[in-house]
Amino acid sequence: MTEVRDAATATRTAQEAVPAVSLRGAAMRFGERTLWDGLDLDVAPGEFIAVLGPNGSGKTTLLRVLLGIQPLYAGEVLVEGHPPARGSRAIGYIPQQKALAEDLPLRARDLVGLGLDGHRPGLGLRGRAVRRERVAAALASVGAERYADAPVGRLSGGEQQRLRVAQALVGDPSVLLCDEPLLSLDLAHQQVVSSLIDRRRQEANTAVVFVTHEINPVLPLVDRVLYLVDGLFRVGTPDEVMTSETLSQLYRTDVDVLRVRGRLVVVGADAPAHGHCHPGEEA
Amino acid sequence: MIFERLFSFDGTAELLGQGFVQSALLAAALLGLVAGVLAPLIVARGMAFAVHGTAEIAFTGGAAALLAGISVSIGAVLGAVAAGVVFGLLGLRQRERDSVIGVVLAFGLGLGVLMIALYPGRAANKFGLLTGSIVSVDSTNLAVLGTVTVVVLAVLAVVYRPLLFASTDPDVAVARGVPVRALSPLFAVLIALTTALAVPIVGAVIVLAVTVIPGAAAARVTSSPLVATLLAVAFAELALVGGTVASLAPGLPVSGYVATIAFLCYVGCRVVGRVRVTA
Repeated sequence: MTEVRDAATATRTAQEAVPAVSLRGAAMRFGERTLWDGLDLDVAPGEFIAVLGPNGSGKTTLLRVLLGIQPLYAGEVLVEGHPPARGSRAIGYIPQQKALAEDLPLRARDLVGLGLDGHRPGLGLRGRAVRRERVAAALASVGAERYADAPVGRLSGGEQQRLRVAQALVGDPSVLLCDEPLLSLDLAHQQVVSSLIDRRRQEANTAVVFVTHEINPVLPLVDRVLYLVDGLFRVGTPDEVMTSETLSQLYRTDVDVLRVRGRLVVVGADAPAHGHCHPGEEA
Repeated sequence: MIFERLFSFDGTAELLGQGFVQSALLAAALLGLVAGVLAPLIVARGMAFAVHGTAEIAFTGGAAALLAGISVSIGAVLGAVAAGVVFGLLGLRQRERDSVIGVVLAFGLGLGVLMIALYPGRAANKFGLLTGSIVSVDSTNLAVLGTVTVVVLAVLAVVYRPLLFASTDPDVAVARGVPVRALSPLFAVLIALTTALAVPIVGAVIVLAVTVIPGAAAARVTSSPLVATLLAVAFAELALVGGTVASLAPGLPVSGYVATIAFLCYVGCRVVGRVRVTA
């Protein structure tokens, strides 16, 4: 590990940042089924990478690997130059929006606070003043001060996802892992949430790994795409990957990618046996 | 007539001076503290039915101990912990969990009733397990209760924050490295210990009154975890200590009084909660 660290310091002084995320020969396999194999990927600080692909292609599994809760089958993974650790401060995580129970004993500020230190043992009585300040700052950064003391279960889906952004950012992470954070939000809130994520990336140079079925809401933000299909994958800019030729190869069938008014529409990717959603398809 | 019988305080002051009454009050206070602290988490995890199931299995364990001629408390604790571990391993998937609890609870209850019927001893001992008999608390009970109170509170002091995270926001808790799966049986054991102790005091039938109602009531008026816990402890103490005092002079089972006070707390909180939302 010291080797890696030394290398990290050296590259930093050489003004070339350590990759926020680095995968080398990474493979994931469940039983006989290979999700991906030989995956090499460096995500630079401040880079926005969208992870696309049908259900079961291993998108969420990739996030679990980066979170340190799922080991790789083979290969190496580094987050900020270190093997991923559970509860790492380097990582912020935004889940998809889910209905929360109305009588959940949490206020908005409690939800955000759990993102800061909820994984640590104890009652959380020490350092309360600092904690309060950081939570307040995170709430302000997503414009959620107005409902900071409201029960989370009574907030709208859009308000809840703003809080999810605050919850992920309160620990000041250098990598933001997003698991379909826009799913089940209306267009206006999709825009709000994705622009909050983008602003963080611009201001703090946070790398974003964004798992999604639907690339269009984030298309202007995407630097590169990782497209996973049934054991095959392709990494590149949207212009490189989101083409009829590349997707036809990945899906092993004829797929057409159309550009309509700045949006990508993928036709034919649902033809194979998987029966999945795909980017371009309107939910 | 009945009203006078139910609400009598003739001689209450005198009874409060008695040693066995003071033991009973101390037991009620200890139980109220633990139950009140656990209640909001039980409600947040949607475990009311699991608590009920655990209480019934504690009853089965107590009945088996009675029949076998060993300490009822020990039987209740063993039964409850076994049930708690099984229910805890079922995790947070409500539907699956509920049906398994229903199956185990029905079987345990039936078995318990059968064993009570087979027990040749005094009827008061039999009913004690179902309806509670707080005046029978002796120094051994108190010592066990005190120990369990300390153990439960000590464990909570260490795991409270991750437990709250795992209970209210399991997906992100998993992502943050909280051992959500391991916390589930641990919490179930804490509930089981508390439940097993509550069974001989308030009875299996209304264990929910002190381990669920305070949390459910508090959730109606606040969503702050700290305030909810403080309120739940206050409600549990009010129900248990108040119920014990109220039951003294009439000489009736404590369970009815405890359940009624807890229920009134809940109704009151619903009304206050409604007013706050519409206001």
